[in-house]
Amino acid sequence: MSFASSLYFTGAEVGLSLTGLVLLLVAAWGGQKSARMVTILAVAGLFGAAIFSMHLFDLATSEVAGRAFGDLYRADAFGSFGKVLIYLAAIAVLMVTPRFFDQRGAYRPEYPVLMLFNAVGMGMMVSATDLMTLYIGLEMSSLSSYVLASFLRQDSRSAEAGLKYFVLGGLASGIILYGVSLVYGFTGGTSYEGIRAALEADLSTGALFGVVFVLAGMAFKISAVPFHMWTPDVYEGAPTPVTAFFATAPKVAAMGMLVRMAMEPFAGQVEAWRQIVIFAALASIVVGALGAIGQQNLKRLLAYSSINNVGFILIGLAAATPAGVAGVMTYLAIYVAMTVGSFTALLMLRDPMGNNLETFADISGLSTKRPALAWCLLALMFSLAGIPPLFGFWGKFVVFQAAVQADLVALAAMGIAASVIGAFYYLKFIKVMFFDEPTRELETESPLGHWVVLGLSVLVISPLGYLLTIPLGQWSAAAAASFTAAM
Amino acid sequence: MEFPILSLMLAVPLAAAIACLFLGAQSARMLALGATLFDLALGILLWANYDIGGAQWQFTERAEIFAGFSYALGIDGIALMLIMLSVFLMPICILASWDAITKRVGEYMAAFLLMEVLMIGVFAAQDMFLFYIFFEAGLIPMYLIIGVWGGDNRIYASYKFFLYTLLGSVLMLIAMMWMVNEAGTTDIPTLLNYDFPAGAQTWLWLAFFASFAVKMPMWPVHTWLPDAHVQAPTAGSVILAGVLLKLGGYGFIRFSLPMFPEASAQFAWLVFGLSMVAVVYTSLIALVQHDMKKLIAYSSVAHMAIVTAGLFAFNVQGIEGAMMVMLGHGLVSGALFLCVGVIYDRLHTREIDRYGGLSINMPKYALFFLLFTMASVGLPGTSNFVGEFLALAGLYKVSTLVTLVCTTGIILGAAYMLYLYRRVAFGEQKNADAAAMLDLNAREWIMLAPIAAAVLWMGVYPESFLAPMRQDIAALETRMARAAPEGDSQLKIGAPKEHNANFVAAAHEAEGAH
Repeated sequence: MSFASSLYFTGAEVGLSLTGLVLLLVAAWGGQKSARMVTILAVAGLFGAAIFSMHLFDLATSEVAGRAFGDLYRADAFGSFGKVLIYLAAIAVLMVTPRFFDQRGAYRPEYPVLMLFNAVGMGMMVSATDLMTLYIGLEMSSLSSYVLASFLRQDSRSAEAGLKYFVLGGLASGIILYGVSLVYGFTGGTSYEGIRAALEADLSTGALFGVVFVLAGMAFKISAVPFHMWTPDVYEGAPTPVTAFFATAPKVAAMGMLVRMAMEPFAGQVEAWRQIVIFAALASIVVGALGAIGQQNLKRLLAYSSINNVGFILIGLAAATPAGVAGVMTYLAIYVAMTVGSFTALLMLRDPMGNNLETFADISGLSTKRPALAWCLLALMFSLAGIPPLFGFWGKFVVFQAAVQADLVALAAMGIAASVIGAFYYLKFIKVMFFDEPTRELETESPLGHWVVLGLSVLVISPLGYLLTIPLGQWSAAAAASFTAAM
Repeated sequence: MEFPILSLMLAVPLAAAIACLFLGAQSARMLALGATLFDLALGILLWANYDIGGAQWQFTERAEIFAGFSYALGIDGIALMLIMLSVFLMPICILASWDAITKRVGEYMAAFLLMEVLMIGVFAAQDMFLFYIFFEAGLIPMYLIIGVWGGDNRIYASYKFFLYTLLGSVLMLIAMMWMVNEAGTTDIPTLLNYDFPAGAQTWLWLAFFASFAVKMPMWPVHTWLPDAHVQAPTAGSVILAGVLLKLGGYGFIRFSLPMFPEASAQFAWLVFGLSMVAVVYTSLIALVQHDMKKLIAYSSVAHMAIVTAGLFAFNVQGIEGAMMVMLGHGLVSGALFLCVGVIYDRLHTREIDRYGGLSINMPKYALFFLLFTMASVGLPGTSNFVGEFLALAGLYKVSTLVTLVCTTGIILGAAYMLYLYRRVAFGEQKNADAAAMLDLNAREWIMLAPIAAAVLWMGVYPESFLAPMRQDIAALETRMARAAPEGDSQLKIGAPKEHNANFVAAAHEAEGAH
């Protein structure tokens, strides 16, 4: 376990950190006009990191998982899978961002740099195998997120979103930290393996409190009910590309962190955390679905939709089996494609003046004004609702199948019955676009970059996506196997 | 490997559907008609090459291109007949929408072609999850057809249709997952012979029942149907009544009965009870309708109740009868909706009172309408008679009471259908605009004549339709025999007599000769 191999296994994070620092200097000296170049270089950096993570993924499935820096960090298949998703989501968001801010004259080179540092933090979150590394990664990602949320400094909604996110995120971090300290106090270590060994036998009350606090804090980060209140406000207030980012990459990272936490240090105490996860799953599905029904703002609606989706993902985790973890990873991959697509489509909705539109009234009759965009949104919405033959169905399928295999039939039945409530507001989306009469003028052209991102995500969630089931299943299974290999 | 005809039948309308999205109105119509006719030709080829008495599953295809389930197709006689029904009705639906649909024609035709793909897929799927995907996917095009091209209250109807059927189906998915986990395969032919524990069957049966009862639809979960029918465009109603309602019956035949025979026997009286209520109750509702489409919709619920009762009779007659009612009802109710569509296109109202005396100014139309009315009533010589007679005969072996109640459905059916016909076609021409309507044009002739021919063919020589299904239904009966309920007639079959019954008379004759 030499220093060189440690650096090698953390190559993606190290590379991104260096890129970020260099680009920060470029931004400092180059000023406003370097924004475009910095963005392109950041995308290149993220792309390189994604390639490197894929390389590590192949390595991790063939060899023993790569431990780095003692036992602080592990580059295994699970982490690599999560990181590839995170980096790809960040790339997609960066591709559709500049146009939004340009319109307001607010695009600055700091934006891509913040994204890079955020990506470093998120990478650490999914790969950390020590509570300290985990916390550093979490804070690194969170702090850059707070700044991103308030990136439109002149806009009071954006500032409000940033402040809310900061206060509540800080609270969540505090809760996690408190839980971490309890866990440390009652198990005597911060490394996942040490905690696991200490929790193998009985769970003391103190340690149980630690587990509960850690899970509660993480529920904040993944916006699971009952810790979801910040999500609609922050999603609505933050600039749309930032919302797209929040709904994808940090969600994957937080979910990865939660899954690793549940399946590694707390793996011996499944019964202790399972009921919490089951409650959060069902509550998220129901609240996410009911809360969305009355919404007029599309960003707010998608915020509730993300809460709803988190509920389904947690059903996979509740199974606490390799199949369940694989289901979570498959779901996350599909979820990222659906969410990136939906927000990109939202960004393409502008009036002829170039102002972004974001309410139901604005998309009324979209199918006659912009048929291609409307059909893409139709596919995305049916996919989010989980209606076959769209690929969103497959995500739900794998998590529910895992739950059924783990003998959680009642949970699966309740979850899937509650998913019908969710179908209602996705249908409303389609109803407004297809059944209602057009009311307002829309911008008729969208830039190629947006179409590429939208087209690729729609291609993934179209029925053609089912051709991906075999590779996706293999990758997810390999990712899930990293936990059994580590034990 | 033999020629993948089923895949081709799926691919042709799919390709045409995608093309239609990019075409103008007239070319989309032509393309849709061409594609559906081509599928009809393929269907006829399928039937011609179907080996009656051969292997149970024919034209099988299998490709392992998905994780967790396979792309496996194959048909037996029951599926063959239902596929024939779908491909037969499809070109007629396209013709029915030829002039009636003027806005967004390309998208409309695409939705219909997609519908055809999914219906053929449902009947041909040999993998349980593939079946589910096709089964559920049908909601999307139908939602759009009702919502975009429907009547005034279309939005309510489209929501109700979608959410009702979705809620019914999702529990079935969980049951399927449990079954696959238990049996270790997704292959339907294998699962057909897998014996699930009797305790689990109860829950599985209920989960499947929730889905199929809504699709069927059975009382009391039928309320989505009248709304959907009334609001849908004519062709949408035809396909809804003609094929989509058959998915429920097909589901019972393919899944509930052979996979859970014990549970089916256990719940037979639940089905009988609901069917009896449906027959009487919905027939009475149909009697008081003012809206023609609503009347036919309620009559569909009543007819479908005879199907469910026949299916749960657990004998060959009952199941054959149920299948024949499904096929016959598919043709007849489809044709009745077309008949309504013909006059709706002219006067733009479905109100029965707005018409009257149509046999004077539209004699040819009145003739077709009469034929289909009589077929719906179940007049001998038409398709529905064969089915209803067989279903009731099968049912009689199980329960006299159920048969008695279900038979009143035929009398009530005659009442509401003849009453409808009298008000529309006979009597005086009280409305000037209705009296001025023109008779059928060539397009409408082409729509109605083939259905009329099929209805008569099925009524006069049902053997053509029963022959392909005979072996499969016999296999189904054998499979269910261990759970079959005892009949209440308790026939006592005595020892055969030495002579014929008329032997004594002959002896008297011989005496008289002396």
